[in-house]
Amino acid sequence: MADLTTEFLGIRSPNPFWLASAPPTDKEYNVRRAFEAGWGGVVWKTLGSEGPPVVNVNGPRYGAIWGADRRLLGLNNIELITDRDLYTNLEEITRVKRDYPDRAVIVSIMVPCEEEAWKAILPLVEETGADGIELNFGCPHGMAERGMGSAVGQVPEYIRMVAQWCKMYYSKPVIVKLTPNITDIRYPARAAFAGGADAVSLINTINSITSVNLDAMCPEPMIDGKGSHGGYCGPAVKPIALNMVAEIARDPETAGKPISGIGGITTWRDAAEFMALGAGNVQVCTAAMTYGFKVVQEMISGLSQWMDEKGYESTADFIGMAAPRVSDWQHLNLNYVTKAEIDQEACIKCGRCYAACEDTSHQAIDMSEDRVFSVKDEDCVACNLCVNVCPVEGCITMRQLEEGEVDPRTGKVVGPYANWTTHPNNPGAVAAE
Amino acid sequence: MSTTPMTPGIQPARLPGETLARNFCALHAPLERHEAQVAADRCYFCHDAPCMTACPTSIDIPLFIRQIMTGTPEAAAKTIFSQNILGGMCARVCPTEQLCEEACVREAAEGRPVEIGRLQRYATDTLVARNAHPFTRAEPTGKRVAVVGAGPAGLACAHRLAMKGHEVVVYDCKAKAGGLNEFGIAAYKSTDDFAAREVAWLLGIGGITIETGKGLGAGLELEALQESFDAVFLGIGLGGVNALRAVGEGKAGVEDAVSFIAELRQAPDLAALPVGRNVVVIGGGMTAIDAAIQSRLLGAEHVTIAYRRGTERMGASGFEQDLAASKGVRILTNVMPMALHGNGAVAEIELEYTAEVDGRLRGTGETFRLPADQVFKAIGQTLTDVPGGLEIAGGKIAVSETGRTSVPGVWAGGDCASGGEDLTVTAVAEGRDAAEDIHTALMGVAG
Repeated sequence: MADLTTEFLGIRSPNPFWLASAPPTDKEYNVRRAFEAGWGGVVWKTLGSEGPPVVNVNGPRYGAIWGADRRLLGLNNIELITDRDLYTNLEEITRVKRDYPDRAVIVSIMVPCEEEAWKAILPLVEETGADGIELNFGCPHGMAERGMGSAVGQVPEYIRMVAQWCKMYYSKPVIVKLTPNITDIRYPARAAFAGGADAVSLINTINSITSVNLDAMCPEPMIDGKGSHGGYCGPAVKPIALNMVAEIARDPETAGKPISGIGGITTWRDAAEFMALGAGNVQVCTAAMTYGFKVVQEMISGLSQWMDEKGYESTADFIGMAAPRVSDWQHLNLNYVTKAEIDQEACIKCGRCYAACEDTSHQAIDMSEDRVFSVKDEDCVACNLCVNVCPVEGCITMRQLEEGEVDPRTGKVVGPYANWTTHPNNPGAVAAE
Repeated sequence: MSTTPMTPGIQPARLPGETLARNFCALHAPLERHEAQVAADRCYFCHDAPCMTACPTSIDIPLFIRQIMTGTPEAAAKTIFSQNILGGMCARVCPTEQLCEEACVREAAEGRPVEIGRLQRYATDTLVARNAHPFTRAEPTGKRVAVVGAGPAGLACAHRLAMKGHEVVVYDCKAKAGGLNEFGIAAYKSTDDFAAREVAWLLGIGGITIETGKGLGAGLELEALQESFDAVFLGIGLGGVNALRAVGEGKAGVEDAVSFIAELRQAPDLAALPVGRNVVVIGGGMTAIDAAIQSRLLGAEHVTIAYRRGTERMGASGFEQDLAASKGVRILTNVMPMALHGNGAVAEIELEYTAEVDGRLRGTGETFRLPADQVFKAIGQTLTDVPGGLEIAGGKIAVSETGRTSVPGVWAGGDCASGGEDLTVTAVAEGRDAAEDIHTALMGVAG
């Protein structure tokens, strides 16, 4: 059986599944339950400076969007950092780490963007025996209004500066958690590593309004007739997170640097995808908040089975394997020609491919009187929409034309690899020779 | 000692009142809101959907299901009612397993279709429960139309005509409107007086007057109607019952299944309704199934359906046959009644095995007897009280695609008219289409 033991920044955990800094990791009670359920590590919910703790709203903190059968697809929250006393948290962290030495315990921190503030808290955290810290530069709501969270994460210079302070006043690994509420994720990542951070983790939540109550004419969740934007997470954000992880993994300035992947990870497969793009481990929150801590058991068994099937002995064997295949559009092979093919045996004749193609694409599917659907190769641009809307998995597939075959749509012979950089329509094309 | 299923003869109160009440509660529970949304989500929103093609009234099924999914069952109901004003009853009685649900692509894909019938019921019940009528009448046209028969065809015709601005008088020889919806459907398919509530809701359009106790041969003459109205629609159904042509048919205890079903539907107290200990139903259609199941539910000890051909030829669907079997009804096939024995009242039925020879059904000569203290005839109904002058084809009033009879100004639809299957939903479609044609004829314009 595959060994799921993961070493991230020298921190060993029995599996790559950590709980992200969030409500599930706010207290000793929850974290002990998480470890008993099998989680490999936790990032303790963000601690703030010594003094009166923050307060949370006393109305609803979460909003959601749902799919069929009320499956939770996206969650948004307006909860702030821990609202418990700093020393209570520190004592609990110490006890938990002492009792679970084989699990990773990382402490998330958010204090004002002043050297003194960091200098004050870091030794206290160091004393707990936790394995490292994560700098919360991501929360987009509430704390950002006070110059913390994403307000720091959106300014690369601040990231670099704080990372430097942390490396100065703390001896263990420093992870910088990035906000996705920024136009180009590579800049804050570069700043974090330039400041000496050991790793970045991403993504934090996305600024969002999940829904509007049309009776009250107010965004949800409603707090006495008002709503505030919150941080969006859950399965719906996974594609955004994957792209950001890949951007950092393939940026020449940060390629190969440690990344902890976060964003909508719900199953072992999601986790494997993040890791394939370069994440050394993953952090999970919404899946646990939706289904409870037990979900990790499926993640462990699923990842383990898949690794066995693929012959991977440890997670290091496949981490980052897909990153070199993330490419700029201009390098995609324009001579890769495919045509949709419909398996008539599998077809249930719903006609969704026809409606999609006829109404919104290239009129490349024919429908007969008796509802037989067939692809018109001379019109098919291989867009894949029919594959995506077909309710039967595997019914419509894409067949690749061999080199030398004639594409019935263009009348041209399929040639060898050639991309936009050398295409005659490209004003900046370089000669192919 | 009180009466039990084993008490000989035809007896009331074979089962305790609470058992009867349980037996006759709704066959299918209505969907709750969440159940409906989950069921609706299974719909693929097919292009040119096969379910819609399979529906005799061409309801836009994918659209109404999507309207349910997005939390607007009232809009879904309007989509249904715009094609089928009796969509509420059709949701209860349609053999969906032979129509929309058989055509559903998920039936092909996984043998489990979208629950179109139950979803239709969810949508229509939502609107009918509010007593909201979703349509308004056009400006009065000054035209008057007589509709004879307040069954599904007549009501659908009347509603569409009223909507177009015509004045409609609907006559029915029974004491209540509704036709087979009121008198001809198994009680467990339409509970809580739904047929009557549906009629009252339908009349919410306005412009329709119902006159009960009047029909052709019961105070009305076609010629007189033609004189006092601009058009006449006949939705008179099939008033007669085919005879068994078996020896002893006149004995006490030999009854029409149709009357039994009607009596049961109207019975204020099911315990007062007598039923035999050994019941035999002759026939293979829905009427036979309804009579047989309800006999069992009333407490008959043994109920047998005797059908002259194989199960595959039965008019009742596989679902209905299974339902009967699940209620303890025995279905005998390839047998036909020869004689009814008994001293005054029937005590035994003598059946002969049949075989098909060169496409013709013949008795094999081998007979057997079953105890029978009550025998229901459910071997088809016949057209009665047809005014002279109307052309008849195959035992029904001959009509065109749009319901025109051979007599100008007279339309017909539903079970009494040629073409289509004898289903509620078909009758609705025919009544509706005839109304459109009547409107065109009266107004001299299309549409």
